[in-house]
Amino acid sequence: MGPLIPNGVIPAEWDSIIAILIGIVFGFVLEASGFSSSRKLAGVFYGYDFAVLKVFFTAALVSLIGMYYMDYLGYVDITQMYVHPTYLWGAIIGGVIMGAGFVAGGFCPGTSLCAVAIGKIDAIVYVVGIMIGVFIFSELYFLFQPIYEGSFMGNITLVDSFGVNPYWFIFLFTIVGIILFAISDKVRTKVKKIFY
Amino acid sequence: MKKNKQNKRHVYWNPYFGGFLLGILILFTFYITGRGLGASGAMKSGVVTIVDTVAPTHAENSAYYSKFINDDKSPMNTWLVFEALGVLIGAFISGGLTGRISWRVQHSPKITSKRRLAFALGGGILFGLGAQIARGCTSGAALSGMAVLSTGGFITMLAIFGSAYAFAYFFRKNWI
Repeated sequence: MGPLIPNGVIPAEWDSIIAILIGIVFGFVLEASGFSSSRKLAGVFYGYDFAVLKVFFTAALVSLIGMYYMDYLGYVDITQMYVHPTYLWGAIIGGVIMGAGFVAGGFCPGTSLCAVAIGKIDAIVYVVGIMIGVFIFSELYFLFQPIYEGSFMGNITLVDSFGVNPYWFIFLFTIVGIILFAISDKVRTKVKKIFY
Repeated sequence: MKKNKQNKRHVYWNPYFGGFLLGILILFTFYITGRGLGASGAMKSGVVTIVDTVAPTHAENSAYYSKFINDDKSPMNTWLVFEALGVLIGAFISGGLTGRISWRVQHSPKITSKRRLAFALGGGILFGLGAQIARGCTSGAALSGMAVLSTGGFITMLAIFGSAYAFAYFFRKNWI
């Protein structure tokens, strides 16, 4: 039963090799979907290209539905999965800063790596920027520590926070996704086309 | 022939197909390792390694760097660094197959490449800072968090896209 490495089905020595293989597929899929182009990525914020919304939302839905199906069928134990911890204000403030960085720079870290791989100089500068950002955070850690460590709520899920039924939530979330896809196609026909 | 090659450069996968494969990959990653994907973590490891090499005492005394420094192994020896190397390889293969590899600064014709690079640097700094505060970026916190219904993952996702839409007006000259 999964997850395989934590449960010892695959020896832990394979960890790094699997990491590279997963990374290769991750990079290939992102690049082939056009995520190495900052102008394509930024399109989602101006309505001329909704690839980010479609890829991101589809991926979230597929992984979410698949996860709960595999749990239901007994292939994985969802309680053994690593749940990203919730630090309420850290998540909000960090997310807002990242959003500004996203629309200013046109990449997020994963997509900037893809763009670096195909020689985009703006992406190389962006990655240098990320490293400077990490450096600033680390050097001024005493300033950020209250946000970083404060309002910790544990490794909680929406089921813990709001008591929602996960199956109903996923069903409704899927419908929200389909509606968003339809709206995005409508918007795109109305917005001036941009070639890049 | 040349025209054919030129066209292929702008042909990307259907976004639903790409998203489907990405979703399957996240699922596979959780199934094998019990965790999700990530990207900014590798860059953090890079910074920790540089600081630890240049100023080891400073790194050990710092409350943040010292979390990631271990006497047994280099801070570069982490899952996320190997995964990031894979991302570079995978993107290089995909770009190579479609003829998208070249040295260039991509920007809107309305702005200079100098301006593009300045904004890329500033955007990167903000993203790097934000990703540390939120303990993950679009991949690690938002996408992988959402796959297991993490509350923090959903909050981070909403905050990133909400703020990007809110700020989009101020950066419109760079893109449209």
